[in-house]
Amino acid sequence: MKIIISNQSELPIYAQIREQLKEQILNGQIPEGETLPSIRQLAKEVGVSVITTTRAYSELEAEGFIATMQGKGSVVLPTDNNLLREQYLLRIEEGLSTAIETAKTMGMSKDELTDIFHNLLET
Amino acid sequence: MMELLEVKNLSKHYKNFDLKDISFTLPKGYIMGYVGANGSGKTTTLNLITGVLKCVEGDVRIDGLSREKGEQAYKEKIGYVGDESYFPDHFKIKHIRNVIKDFYPTFSEDKFNGFIRNWNLPENKLIKDFSRGMKVMLMFASVLARDTKLLVLDEATNGLDPVMRTEILKLLQEYVMDGERSVIFSTHILSDLEQIADYIYFIHRGRTILYDAKDELIENFLLVKGESAKIPPALKKELIGLEEKTYGFEAILPSDKAELLGNAFLFEKPTIDQIVIHYIKSREEQ
Repeated sequence: MKIIISNQSELPIYAQIREQLKEQILNGQIPEGETLPSIRQLAKEVGVSVITTTRAYSELEAEGFIATMQGKGSVVLPTDNNLLREQYLLRIEEGLSTAIETAKTMGMSKDELTDIFHNLLET
Repeated sequence: MMELLEVKNLSKHYKNFDLKDISFTLPKGYIMGYVGANGSGKTTTLNLITGVLKCVEGDVRIDGLSREKGEQAYKEKIGYVGDESYFPDHFKIKHIRNVIKDFYPTFSEDKFNGFIRNWNLPENKLIKDFSRGMKVMLMFASVLARDTKLLVLDEATNGLDPVMRTEILKLLQEYVMDGERSVIFSTHILSDLEQIADYIYFIHRGRTILYDAKDELIENFLLVKGESAKIPPALKKELIGLEEKTYGFEAILPSDKAELLGNAFLFEKPTIDQIVIHYIKSREEQ
């Protein structure tokens, strides 16, 4: 498990922690069933506030990546296929949205954009 | 009992200075940065908390206990480190050890000696020959060797080198690790301390300006920059501490007013210091 905080990032620190843990859970670097360090342990290791790590963990919990049990700490849940699919879908949509925004900015037509899309698919 | 430190309507009047209506709570296991310019009332507040100054108006409780209920028990709960060494110049470490041992029942000689060894503090030098950093670490050693609940730091890391500051950050995080103890530190510049603070209380000229969880503060404001001539009146009303320079302006804007920005301005995540600077500026103009 690794966490690298950037002070230049536009993402708030809790979101950086959340995203990096999520990434490592999705790609299996942090396996299911693994116990994450406690909120306070992580805050100390990363050198951030307890409120920040608390928020990162509670959002991971809300999204179904981890479960926190009294006295047992936070455990990585099995990433079921639906969750995985949803996460990837979200990323694809984000990527496409960026492309569409850029196309709109330069006034590119719908057809032109779809052409680029199809061409890229073929390569 | 979740709150470790409760400060209610604290006021103190001097001829040339008023501290007015300071109120906050600090839960167990958390760290608060008490921030303000020099002379804004930080030390007065901390002295009222530690009991160095008598609290006449308002109420302070540490771990549920007020000073009036039991002076000795109250002081036992507090560890204080200031910006100046409070040890006599002609003392050596062994003298300090003996004095603290007699004064505080929970003082652990083993713990104290452990810190002295770890930080290479010289047993045979007089305190007056200690460097500033050594004096600060000695204060930390004497305080952390006791069983306290609240660490009160008044500008304690001023003038220390980055290595030592990092060391102190770790000490503070270890102190709150068990979720039972808390830290309040005052400072006029946040810099590295900002990273580990859970709450920020910001005062100016004895008055409360901002008080919130640090993460909330950073999210609630944007730092906005751009060309002064382009600021529409609707936006100008909302900007806090507008600073106009020759080639552009800089100000703070509440995040919920972001839709007023349009595309003409640059905006980014502010640091606490930037929020503080613009807030002071807006207060000075009133």
